[in-house]
Amino acid sequence: MNESVVVYRGFRYLKVATLLCLLAIVLYAFHTPIGQPNGGSWLGYGLGGIGAAIILWLMWFGVRKRRYKPGKVKLEEWLSAHVYLGLALIIIATLHSGFQFGWNVHTLAYVLMMVVILSGSFGLYAYVRYPRLMTENRRGQTLDGIFTQIADLDRECRDVAMRLGDEVNDAVLAAAQRTRVGGGLVRQLSGRNPNCPTLAALKLMQKLAAGPRHDDAGVRKLVQLLAKKDDLLGQARRDVQLLAMMQVWLFIHVPFTFALIAALVAHVFSVFFYW
Amino acid sequence: MADHFTVAIIGSGPGGLSAAGRAAAAGVSHILLERCDHASDTIYKYQKGKLVMATPDVLPLRSDFDFKMGIREDILGTWDRQLEEHKVNIRYGAEVVAIAGQKGAFTVTLQDKSTLTAEYVILAIGLQGNINKLPVPGAELPHVQYQLDDPDEYEGEHIVVVGAGDAAIENAVALAKQNSVTIVNRSGEFARAKQGNLDLIRAAIEKNQIECYYNSSPARVTEKTLVLRTADGEAEVRCDRVIARLGATAPRKFVEACGIVFPSPDPKALPEVSSTYESNVPGLYIIGALGGYPLIKQAMNQGYEVIEFIRGNKVEPADEPLLKERFKGLADVTVEQVLATIRANVPIFSELNPLVLRELMLDSIVHTPKKGDIIFRRNDYSNSFYTIVQGEVEVRVNPLDDSEVVVLRQGEFFGEMGLIAGRRRTATVVARQDAILVETQRRTMLKLIASVASVKRQMDAIAIVRQIQTYIAPHTPVERLYDMASTAKLRRFKAGEILFSQGDAGDSVHLIRSGSVTVSRRIGGRDVVLSYVASGNYVGEMALLTNAPRSATVRAAVATETVAIDGKAFVDLLGSDPALRTEVEAKFRDRLEINERMERAPEAGSIIQFLIEQGVGEATDVLLIDESLCVRCDNCEKACAETHHGISRLDREAGPTFASIHVPTSCRHCEHPHCMADCPPDAIHRAPNGEVYIDDSCIGCGNCQRNCPYGVIQMAAPPPDKPGLFSWLLFGLGYGPGEDKRLRKVHHENVDKYGKHAVKCDMCKDIEGGAACVRACPTGAAIRVDPKQFLSLAKLGT
Ligand SMILES: Cc1cc2nc3c(=O)[nH]c(=O)nc-3n(C[C@H](O)[C@H](O)[C@H](O)COP(=O)(O)OP(=O)(O)OC[C@H]3O[C@@H](n4cnc5c(N)ncnc54)[C@H](O)[C@@H]3O)c2cc1C
Ligand code: HEM
Ligand code: SF4
Ligand code: SF4
Repeated sequence: MNESVVVYRGFRYLKVATLLCLLAIVLYAFHTPIGQPNGGSWLGYGLGGIGAAIILWLMWFGVRKRRYKPGKVKLEEWLSAHVYLGLALIIIATLHSGFQFGWNVHTLAYVLMMVVILSGSFGLYAYVRYPRLMTENRRGQTLDGIFTQIADLDRECRDVAMRLGDEVNDAVLAAAQRTRVGGGLVRQLSGRNPNCPTLAALKLMQKLAAGPRHDDAGVRKLVQLLAKKDDLLGQARRDVQLLAMMQVWLFIHVPFTFALIAALVAHVFSVFFYW
Repeated sequence: MADHFTVAIIGSGPGGLSAAGRAAAAGVSHILLERCDHASDTIYKYQKGKLVMATPDVLPLRSDFDFKMGIREDILGTWDRQLEEHKVNIRYGAEVVAIAGQKGAFTVTLQDKSTLTAEYVILAIGLQGNINKLPVPGAELPHVQYQLDDPDEYEGEHIVVVGAGDAAIENAVALAKQNSVTIVNRSGEFARAKQGNLDLIRAAIEKNQIECYYNSSPARVTEKTLVLRTADGEAEVRCDRVIARLGATAPRKFVEACGIVFPSPDPKALPEVSSTYESNVPGLYIIGALGGYPLIKQAMNQGYEVIEFIRGNKVEPADEPLLKERFKGLADVTVEQVLATIRANVPIFSELNPLVLRELMLDSIVHTPKKGDIIFRRNDYSNSFYTIVQGEVEVRVNPLDDSEVVVLRQGEFFGEMGLIAGRRRTATVVARQDAILVETQRRTMLKLIASVASVKRQMDAIAIVRQIQTYIAPHTPVERLYDMASTAKLRRFKAGEILFSQGDAGDSVHLIRSGSVTVSRRIGGRDVVLSYVASGNYVGEMALLTNAPRSATVRAAVATETVAIDGKAFVDLLGSDPALRTEVEAKFRDRLEINERMERAPEAGSIIQFLIEQGVGEATDVLLIDESLCVRCDNCEKACAETHHGISRLDREAGPTFASIHVPTSCRHCEHPHCMADCPPDAIHRAPNGEVYIDDSCIGCGNCQRNCPYGVIQMAAPPPDKPGLFSWLLFGLGYGPGEDKRLRKVHHENVDKYGKHAVKCDMCKDIEGGAACVRACPTGAAIRVDPKQFLSLAKLGT
């Protein structure tokens, strides 16, 4: 229905970024600095300056996103540019370094930048891929709707379990009261819960239905209900998982951006004052 | 012997109160009859602490009672005090059930069968009608109530709501958030509710958030329970509170029984009154909301004036200075002269009574364009109506050629097409010489069309010819169209109603003049939607051109009005006009091709069908979210709140989804906005680009919220200011961007200070770059579309 960030305006910013990179490569190839290529030559300063400017601009995105000022340019356009210029940094910064890496603040800045870029790339992947999966997984329902269905099933299960003895009753009660969707970050991201009381109850019912109480209609009914609930739980957990996937990378992207800025300052400072 | 008075005033709302005050001050023997045990029941029933507005600001108040903007309690307090000070003869608990007799000798009967006599009677009973009470024992217990101010006031209670209308549903749903709610419905379904509420209540019942007793009615109320009579015998429901929303009986029946006639059976129609507020029954006067004046100040002024009229005094109407102001562009003429000129020169207004004409002019603007001035342009989104009092204008009908014009002269009108279709202007109109024009607002004009038959008749006769010319035969000389136009009939269809069915004989062409339709065909036993046709187009020509039965079914997507043209007359016209024939045939071939392609792309048809079901068919601009791109970041909502006083006017998550198209809860800027229908201060308008917005004159009555079928209007006060963005970004102060729902609970001080007002999407009409939601969406998932373009194969057939 609409253009994604990737293809925005016929790849406008891919073109800009590619041009920038090609220019840098060509200059780098024809440039013959004194001694080894490094950040200290005029080309080095040039690439370094451009790189730093781009980084600051990329960072500004966090502010731009939340400043809902009037203007013609859509945030989508900013993000499209953000993505491609961010990726262009790989080439610009690498050339700026002249491939000189070591255990120092300069390389630290480089590594931090790469972490930000990598996390950003994952983010982009998540943004392109997960929205559709999320809609498909919802099957036209809202998360609230799924939870209400689960609550209804719980009520039904408890009604059935009432007459089936303590073992069954306890398991069903636990399934109703202690089943959780979501939780800690890892749990959210995994999209499942191996210790889920509902699953435990389902397994118990299946065992009972296969063995000692195979002709108990109540138990068979519970197998059915719990299986349905387990399905819904899977659906809800998948929803939470996908949402978390679309957000989790920002917990790397943003803090590392700040670390990167700190390292960048140190890098520039040391170059100009201690070099 | 019954008491006798000069005037009996019925109803102590602002109108009746003010009349009684004047009568008392002038020493006229009078009685003010009020059915409740307090005065001014309509205002008494406003929410506690409601800020009452004194709109229109420019209208001077003329009354012995004081009134200015203020809190409900203060206003009622002042009035109660002044009732005593002025020694008004008021009788409480005196519901009038009948008025008989004639001028000089009316007999007024009260509910307790007592009677009194009066020479004149003033009806000031407002429009609220009688609230229906629970007809069961226990109905008078203190925990039985008939209205609900603030659902958030109640928490953790067992509440039973009785009723199945919109009010009952809205109360039940709102209360269910914090209480355990049961709703009692006398029938087996919720047939009377509007669609949005129907969906809400069904969902809530399905999810067990609300328990519902169908086919049940209350039998009695006790301290802690409500006993119901159900299909399977009696049932006892625990309850701490009963809220009965059984509707009200409209006052019309009572008014008619007094001998007063209404101009039309339309439930919105109001009785006609003379310029002295006298009804068709001599000596019986009508003032206030019942007479069509829906604001407090107007009602109070009329109360004053009516007593003066009865005393035989001539009073200059209170609106005189306003009209002077209106007419100040005209040199040196009195208001009376202007009104007389309009009446003489403009046939469509010449039959109006003086009061109605004044009212009309108050809602109108007098323009005095110079030769060559543009009145409006093609594609402007204004829906007002113009009449030519003097001079000439030219209508530039061809977008490509400004010299192709139709000239309109003194007494003629224009602008009716936009008014009828609720769409953009179809032509540019320019003054041909210096002229005097009257521009009348859409609402006033619609009211006039509904209540004065002659206006509707004159307007339709001319509009039909113009519509045929504009939409079907733009190049055919208008004289050649009269024959066909004379066969045409106006037809109305409800949403979902069929214009004609596949296989029917083709006997007419429908020109859609307002609303829209879908065209579908049965394929493999299923209805497949082939296209959406908006107003300004015609359907049904295919069968006539091919001389075959209807090849498809055409159904109204929303309430629709068509000009139905006789098939033979249409074919005759084509026969006599080969150029037109070629044009119509070209369109016909296009349609054939599109239909064929749509049959091969049924998904596009299903999407159209889905969107139509969501009411998108009547939208002019709707927010859609492409869920295959939406990362659920809610930045759209945050942007909306940040640019609109801290309250988001859209709810992204809510609303249905189909094939990754999500229709969030947000304003669609309807062609004929339902929200506008019943706004006392006329605060809802359409901006030149089509945005439907609410201005500052909103009095917070909540009518628009109830009338919008899509639930997109909220009543809210602005939340308190937040710290700036950087203090949040850098120091974590405040709540961050966007609306914080937690604030809703705590910002009572602003509710008291500013009152709650209606808030809705204004499509960011004053913000450069347009819709903030769309601009703030990082992935391009949020888009705003005009269904006229969007509901087409080109956009949907992927
Ligand atoms: C929620 C809400 C908010 C509003 N806010 C504002 C606002 O802020 N500013 C504004 O200007 N307007 C506002 N209005 C409109 C305003 O309330 C009305 O226009 C105004 O009250 C009309 O006055 P009235 O005298 O015609 O009738 P009403 O005020 O309706 O008074 C009619 C009186 O007649 C009595 N009565 C009825 N039938 C009988 C009978 N048979 N026998 C005896 N007595 C009878 C009733 O009990 C009542 O007291 C609001 C309306 C609503 C519903
Ligand atoms: C050094 C390079 C980069 C820096 C400093 C940077 C910085 C930032 C910042 C500050 C944000 C705002 C986060 C927020 O406040 O929500 C952001 C968002 C984002 N970045 Fe980067 N970024 C960089 C590179 C990249 C790259 C290479 C990509 C993708 C290939 C990328 C993809 C994104 C995406 C998808 C978002 C989220 C947009 C949103 O949801 O609003 N970034 N980045
Ligand atoms: S508020 Fe409701 S009725 Fe009014 S234009 Fe918007 S969607 Fe239509
Ligand atoms: S267009 Fe503007 S007002 Fe309307 S929903 Fe979007 S942000 Fe809100």
